[in-house]
Amino acid sequence: MNRVNLLAVLFMGLILGLWEAFVRIMDVPIFILPPPSSIFVVALVRAPLILPHALVTLTEILMGIGLAVCTAIPLAIVMFAKPTLEKAFAPFLVASQAIPVFAIAPLLVVWLGYGIASKIFMAWIIIFFPICVSLLEGFKSCDPEFKVLFRLMGASFFKTLRLLYWPWALPRFFAGLKVGVTVATIGAVIGEWVGAQQGLGFLMIQSNARLQVDIVFAAILWLTAMGLAMWWLVGILEKKFITWK
Amino acid sequence: MLQISSATKYFKGQKIFSKLDLTVAKGCFHVIVGPSGCGKSTLFDGLTGVFPLDEGSLSWNHETLLSLKDHASYMQQKDMLLPWFSLLDNALLPAKTGGQDIKKATKQARSLFQRLGLKGYESHFASQVSGGMRQRCALVRTLMFNRDLILLDEPLSALDTITRRSLQSLLLLLQTEFKKTILMITHDIEEALLLADEIYLFSKRPMSISRHFVLDSPKPRKFNDPLLLNIKADVLDKLEGDLIHEQG
Repeated sequence: MNRVNLLAVLFMGLILGLWEAFVRIMDVPIFILPPPSSIFVVALVRAPLILPHALVTLTEILMGIGLAVCTAIPLAIVMFAKPTLEKAFAPFLVASQAIPVFAIAPLLVVWLGYGIASKIFMAWIIIFFPICVSLLEGFKSCDPEFKVLFRLMGASFFKTLRLLYWPWALPRFFAGLKVGVTVATIGAVIGEWVGAQQGLGFLMIQSNARLQVDIVFAAILWLTAMGLAMWWLVGILEKKFITWK
Repeated sequence: MLQISSATKYFKGQKIFSKLDLTVAKGCFHVIVGPSGCGKSTLFDGLTGVFPLDEGSLSWNHETLLSLKDHASYMQQKDMLLPWFSLLDNALLPAKTGGQDIKKATKQARSLFQRLGLKGYESHFASQVSGGMRQRCALVRTLMFNRDLILLDEPLSALDTITRRSLQSLLLLLQTEFKKTILMITHDIEEALLLADEIYLFSKRPMSISRHFVLDSPKPRKFNDPLLLNIKADVLDKLEGDLIHEQG
């Protein structure tokens, strides 16, 4: 594990080093591509400007994740319990992913306003699908022999769900959640690009217009850090809940 | 009394077995022996209603039933223990799913753990104990169904010979101590000879009863019991004859 971490750090260092060298040697202007060193400095020095925006974006993402989890779980259960409903819902689920979020983002802002609601909804659309589908696949992967055992024990659907299907699907659920939290940032930021008064996406648009590319990159750095932190947190939760693996 | 009459099962138009008659009197231990792949497990699937019989009737204690789903407990070759529960919680599954009083059930399970040599392993997980221990736990779970009829589908065939011997004596307890009515499938002839009151020897497709032995020597039995050795020779003769017949 430490070896892998070391490799990850070395690889990251290599890429940042090449970037830094390229910018310095080619003398790229800072408003085209800032070197990583100055991005780090700006990310820290301008933290008082960036952090309040980051907090807004984080709130949107977390609420989007919460909403997605609360809706994906019941829908996955319903679709698992009634395969006819799965057949009915599946096209809509797939369609919801095929629609480019960029295209409906302006509409969502019109419908839900400039505030936080339209961003939460954007994040929700993006996260909902991987969680719901992976949970459903997890339920379906349950060994039929265990189903027979539970049937012979006279277990109701909900008891079987609680004692068998849910723990069985939990690893898949966390896999979906991991995908979900990493792409959630996209939804929230797109929502902010289209129309917002605060948030990292809003900050990026503003800074871009003023050619403050270093702040754009610093905002991206904070966003990335948030994504990584959420990924890491989900990993911790996964270890806490799945003790048998 | 378990009564199976003219049980018939087809699979994709092919006859697996037909007009099969089998009776297990209350408190008796009957064993089905047959070559692997002859359809023994299909018979059990029919009994438990997983894949219902195509024809024939079933009755338990003179009550005609569509399947034994709510009347029999079931144990198979795989221990089927859930990895996220401790051994004790696994044993309590029938109580939890069947709405039994959990406090009472826990007490019962703990005493069964003691009786079947699992004391001290209540909070272990299946991955932490040996195959023999897991199968003991599966046996406790089977008893925790609290049903009088037990169907055993090659319950010990995944175990090594030595572990199997010690578990065979526990299977005998099902009859002698817990007063259950038992129908077991096995392909271990010696196991059948040790445990059975009656042995049904099955032949291959379509599966039918080729011989029926009644063993009345007292249990627990020893392998060198001359009566058993005689029957064993008979069974092996018959199986070999079937094999030659099949090849010819």
